[in-house]
Amino acid sequence: MQTIIFALLALVSLFSAIMVVTRKNPVFSILYLVLTFFCFAGFYVMLGATFLAAIQILVYAGAIMVLFLFVVMMLNLREPEELEGKNTLWQTMGAVVAIGFGLLVLAFLGRSPGAGVPNFQPGEEAYVMGGAKALGKLLFTEFVFPFEIAGVLLLAAVIGAVALAKRKRV
Amino acid sequence: MMPQDFVPVLLTFAVVGGFAGIALVATHFLGPKAYSPIKQDTYECGVDYIGDSRSRFSVKFYLVAVLFVMFDLEVVFMYPWAVNFRTLGTFGLATMGIFLVILTVGLLYEWKKGALEWD
Amino acid sequence: MPEIVAFLIEKTLVTIFVFIVVLTVVAFTTWIERIVAGHIQMRYGPNRAGPKGLFQVAADGVKFFMKEEFIPDRANKVLFVIAPTFTFMAAGFIMAVIPFGDRIMIGGREVLLQIADLNIAVLYVLAIGSLGVYGIIAGGWASNNKYSLMGGLRASSQMISYEIAMGLAIVALLLDHGTLSLRQIVLNQQGAIWHWSVFSHPIGFIIFYVAAFAESARVPFDLPEAENEIVAGYHTEYSAMKFGLFMFGEYVHMVLGSALIATLYFGGWSIPWVTAPEEPGLLWGLATFAVLWIKTYFFVFVYMWVRWTLPRFRYDQLMNLGWKRLIPIGVVNIFITAALLVVFQHLGIAG
Repeated sequence: MQTIIFALLALVSLFSAIMVVTRKNPVFSILYLVLTFFCFAGFYVMLGATFLAAIQILVYAGAIMVLFLFVVMMLNLREPEELEGKNTLWQTMGAVVAIGFGLLVLAFLGRSPGAGVPNFQPGEEAYVMGGAKALGKLLFTEFVFPFEIAGVLLLAAVIGAVALAKRKRV
Repeated sequence: MMPQDFVPVLLTFAVVGGFAGIALVATHFLGPKAYSPIKQDTYECGVDYIGDSRSRFSVKFYLVAVLFVMFDLEVVFMYPWAVNFRTLGTFGLATMGIFLVILTVGLLYEWKKGALEWD
Repeated sequence: MPEIVAFLIEKTLVTIFVFIVVLTVVAFTTWIERIVAGHIQMRYGPNRAGPKGLFQVAADGVKFFMKEEFIPDRANKVLFVIAPTFTFMAAGFIMAVIPFGDRIMIGGREVLLQIADLNIAVLYVLAIGSLGVYGIIAGGWASNNKYSLMGGLRASSQMISYEIAMGLAIVALLLDHGTLSLRQIVLNQQGAIWHWSVFSHPIGFIIFYVAAFAESARVPFDLPEAENEIVAGYHTEYSAMKFGLFMFGEYVHMVLGSALIATLYFGGWSIPWVTAPEEPGLLWGLATFAVLWIKTYFFVFVYMWVRWTLPRFRYDQLMNLGWKRLIPIGVVNIFITAALLVVFQHLGIAG
């Protein structure tokens, strides 16, 4: 059963990922991206990382993508065709990156054919490890310092956002 | 806790999504169809529409979305802390205390800068 | 019969049962809401279709299906059609983790009256709830109507603002319970009535309840569809079952939100001072099921009561309440709860 669900998720996520880059209307790209994130959450669940799966949807699909949607809608898009500029530089750069990344994946699979394939039938202990409890235990004992630094990082982001959007008003 | 615990969630997705899909298709076939250009026109209180809605809107909505992302992330960090709080004890209180102070500084900065004012 | 098949059959039956019950309750809620509205305003409400207007539910259902559906010529057709399903699904998916009852034994098999008892159930609810924005904003944008767009924008800003407050209220609750499983949270509240979380987390409960009102976009937070400003908000252009799905989604959201409040703060399906029998039979299952729905329906009633009692907020008041009141109070509430828990731990009193 795991294999069937994995195959389904893989198909849907590949399909929606392709749709993200081929849609001319960016609003559809974003909605397909949300679907892709949903599939990622499914993969996380299958790997035992249940907490990460919930956070994936909560933060990426529920928060960051809403922001993206606002940005796209603010850009005043009347005709999606306007976006379609024939920019060869960008196309070449995109092709180079895509081929490079493809080679990287192939090289990785070639070097470690066994380890490259994730284990989609993890045991009970993987589900304990991936839950919020085990993760929190680690985060708030061993990795407390990075956690506080993350807080400072978020503070910087808040200040940056306010400074950008609230420039010289009132 | 095992992976099959999540299978019923997929079932729910199928049942609820299926109902929504069937409802949409059914209303499409059951309802009458009478096309008329005026009826299918954009509703703007009965007068002719001016322009369309693909126009810019206030940056305030965008600012709210940005701030929401930041604060949402901060709250996300609290969930693993909260479920472990009984074992973390005083140390946990101090850790999150520092984090909350940082968070509050951000909130106060917004407040003083007027990012939370709506007009 | 192999275990996996039995498991699938059991869960399918439970899922369909829960879905039908939720849908029935939601359908009757639309009728009860109008009856309540009628009595609050000193009139009868629907009383023509059937005894006491009871068949109004069926009449409405048939009408939703039989009405003509408009798709505005200038709308984005695909998005316009699928947007209502987003709202409905985001609201309906939440039922997967709500514990509707205790476990029962049927023919030596343990059956849980809950679709899935996840170890991240609380986060699942928040995550799925945060997706409700998409249906509204996509519908508002796809209609290509200024009122719809304004409604969609207002709704999304409002929902995301109150999501933070809701998260903060839940964090304070989790400090006490130490688990993300909703079933475990209910089990923790068994026993005497003062074991209910509302008595140990009154501030968190108020924040959560206000945030839940705002999330469901009902009065006094119904700015997204403020009819005297923006016609009907994001569903101005919608008709037939496409509008029906938006409306149903709102009611599902309200009913399941109330069920969540009952579960988190009012003991869920647990009956005060009554412990589960050794061999829980069908009767026990039905009792817990009924108890949850009674508690839930109390909160649904409060939703209606408030709707016909309070006036609407202004948008700046709404944003002020969310960002300047609820979030600071939520942060302080977390800190106080945590500090009190530490003190109690040192004194040796179990919270």
